[in-house]
Amino acid sequence: MFSERMSPRALLLMLPLVLVMIAVIGWPLVDTIRLSMTDARLAGTSGEFIGADNYTKTVSSRNFQSAFWATMRFSVWSVSIELVLGVLVALLLNQRFYGRTLLRALMILPWALPTVVNATLWRLIYNPEYGALNALLTQIGMLDAYRSWLGEPSSAMTALIVADVWKNFPLVALIALAALQAVPKDIRAAAISDGANAWKRFRYVIMPYLIGPLMVALVLRTIEAFKVFDLIWIMTRGGPANSTRSLSILVYQEAFAFQRVGSGASLALIITLIITVLAVAYLMIMRRFAGEAR
Amino acid sequence: MTLKLRAALMAATALCGTSAMAETTLNALFMAQAAYSEDDIRAMTASFESAHPDVKINLEFVPYEGLHDKTVLSQGAGGGYDVVLFDVIWPAEYSENGILLDVSDKITEDMKAGILPGAWTTVDYDGKSYGMPWILDTKYLFYNKDMLKQAGIDTPPATWAELQEDAQTIKDAGLVDHPIVWSWAQAEAAICDYTTLLSAFGGDFLKEGAPEFQTGGGLDALHYMVDSFKSGLTNPNSKEFLEEDVRNVFQNGDAAFALNWTYMYNLANTSEESKVAGNVGVVPAPGVEGSSSVSAVNGSMGLGIPSTSENPDLAWDYIVHMTSQPVQDTYAKLSLPIWKSSYEDTAVTAGQEELIDAASKSLAAMYPRPMTPRYQEMSMALQQGIQEALLGMASPEDALQGAADNSGL
Repeated sequence: MFSERMSPRALLLMLPLVLVMIAVIGWPLVDTIRLSMTDARLAGTSGEFIGADNYTKTVSSRNFQSAFWATMRFSVWSVSIELVLGVLVALLLNQRFYGRTLLRALMILPWALPTVVNATLWRLIYNPEYGALNALLTQIGMLDAYRSWLGEPSSAMTALIVADVWKNFPLVALIALAALQAVPKDIRAAAISDGANAWKRFRYVIMPYLIGPLMVALVLRTIEAFKVFDLIWIMTRGGPANSTRSLSILVYQEAFAFQRVGSGASLALIITLIITVLAVAYLMIMRRFAGEAR
Repeated sequence: MTLKLRAALMAATALCGTSAMAETTLNALFMAQAAYSEDDIRAMTASFESAHPDVKINLEFVPYEGLHDKTVLSQGAGGGYDVVLFDVIWPAEYSENGILLDVSDKITEDMKAGILPGAWTTVDYDGKSYGMPWILDTKYLFYNKDMLKQAGIDTPPATWAELQEDAQTIKDAGLVDHPIVWSWAQAEAAICDYTTLLSAFGGDFLKEGAPEFQTGGGLDALHYMVDSFKSGLTNPNSKEFLEEDVRNVFQNGDAAFALNWTYMYNLANTSEESKVAGNVGVVPAPGVEGSSSVSAVNGSMGLGIPSTSENPDLAWDYIVHMTSQPVQDTYAKLSLPIWKSSYEDTAVTAGQEELIDAASKSLAAMYPRPMTPRYQEMSMALQQGIQEALLGMASPEDALQGAADNSGL
């Protein structure tokens, strides 16, 4: 990036942007770090310096550990399913068939919905007394009696993951579909005439073109999933018995419901750290593929 | 600058000044869940605005759970609201953090004499008043008169044990699968039901500032909930229900008994969307033989002025209007007035005599949730404990002990 030395004028021209970024990103971050080492409360006291106490307390607390694993379960499952489903749908939509354009347009819809709307919608679908899912499953005989999908720890997380997948797999499908357009037709034709079966064509002809964009989708979706708040807040509020409480919800409760902004800030920074690791992985992947393309 | 121009400028400045004064805007935060409906609150506000043409009131409605966090957050961000609705459990925390103005000296003798003594507990903490009581509410036991008659039950249950027996009779008669419905979602609503039971069993939340609910009446209360849940007498979906879900199930005729706030009476008994209209009975929540005759939770709410408000006097005028007897008497169908004499006014009692009768006993028995600045934390720990016990993840003993350890007290 800095292989050619920048002229002083270029640096001068960049200065306003750098200043703005320091103001809107740098300062809040520094202030959050300061806050995370105090026992500040949201209203009232601005807090005393207490060093790393918040961090040690947070990481060793039962609430943090259960929220961490709930977040991991949510992220790993929903992102994995979104990737597989997204690629399959992209392969389908890459075929020529009647109504393909309409279907491609329809696919975007769930992704275009605001999360709040999506969550409310799924809450209605899962309603234990009048929900569509219960009605459907009992009518086709898969279920004897109506179930409380969001009220049981065993099914609540799965229900949330399904709602998240429904909304977000179109993004992966879209990225994969765009990547598929780059696969040269003559190589495909050559593979077919050489007698490669469908799996081999996918693995050796299509996959090399897909893998780069998919890695980008993977990292972006993982970061998003790891920050999940609104979907869970609307559908279960972290229940039943806190089995679906994510790290973001824990930060919210700590900082705003319990008013302990100091320890809330330490928790937020721990999440930031985890996401930074993911983001660095993302940058490295991007760089590798940029290098390969050259 | 010529004299003419200067005069014109001054006139313009003066004009701007008056037009700015003519448009004082107050921001008020209310909830859209139980008690007064959004329509009622808009109508009450409109009558204040027509009497004060120079004031405009911005109303914001949030779910109950958003009230506390929005109030506290706006305070952290330097203000924004002039009037906020607050729950009976928050004055301790709000007072410790200076969130609401102390309005003790604004309360007149007429108010003190005219308003029910129990209502003041909603807004008072440590000898000071942080607002005016507005919603006087507790949980009542609602029942479906038809179902009880069909099951041969003449009088609604007077004790919690009788409720179980009656529910069993109704279940055995095949009238409904799960006779009782509650709001036991992981939310404050579950704590309100739990408090009602805790008060019936003679329990205590705290003793000298330390958790006490894990023993005695508090433990009996959770045992009762778990037994009722496991026996199938309680609708199993209660574990994810809030108040509006309870109302839906009850007014659809899918339950014989329901524990809910005042507002459900007229909505379930008269509205067109209710399948049980005309069949709704209401009594105080039952008691426990040897320890209580009725039980009730103090679920009242008040209106207060955030300390960051720039128009505290006008905000107070608005609060006085909203809590005034004429306004409360006009809108007494979803929430009962705080004024003593309203209960003898036939215009208020007409058509809801049963509710007024239940209220006369319940309001006198209202049991408070603990007054502690750490209430939110304790409540969430307890919500988790209740859910763990209901879901069979822990015994009631372990669940409450866990809640006590996790309560921050």
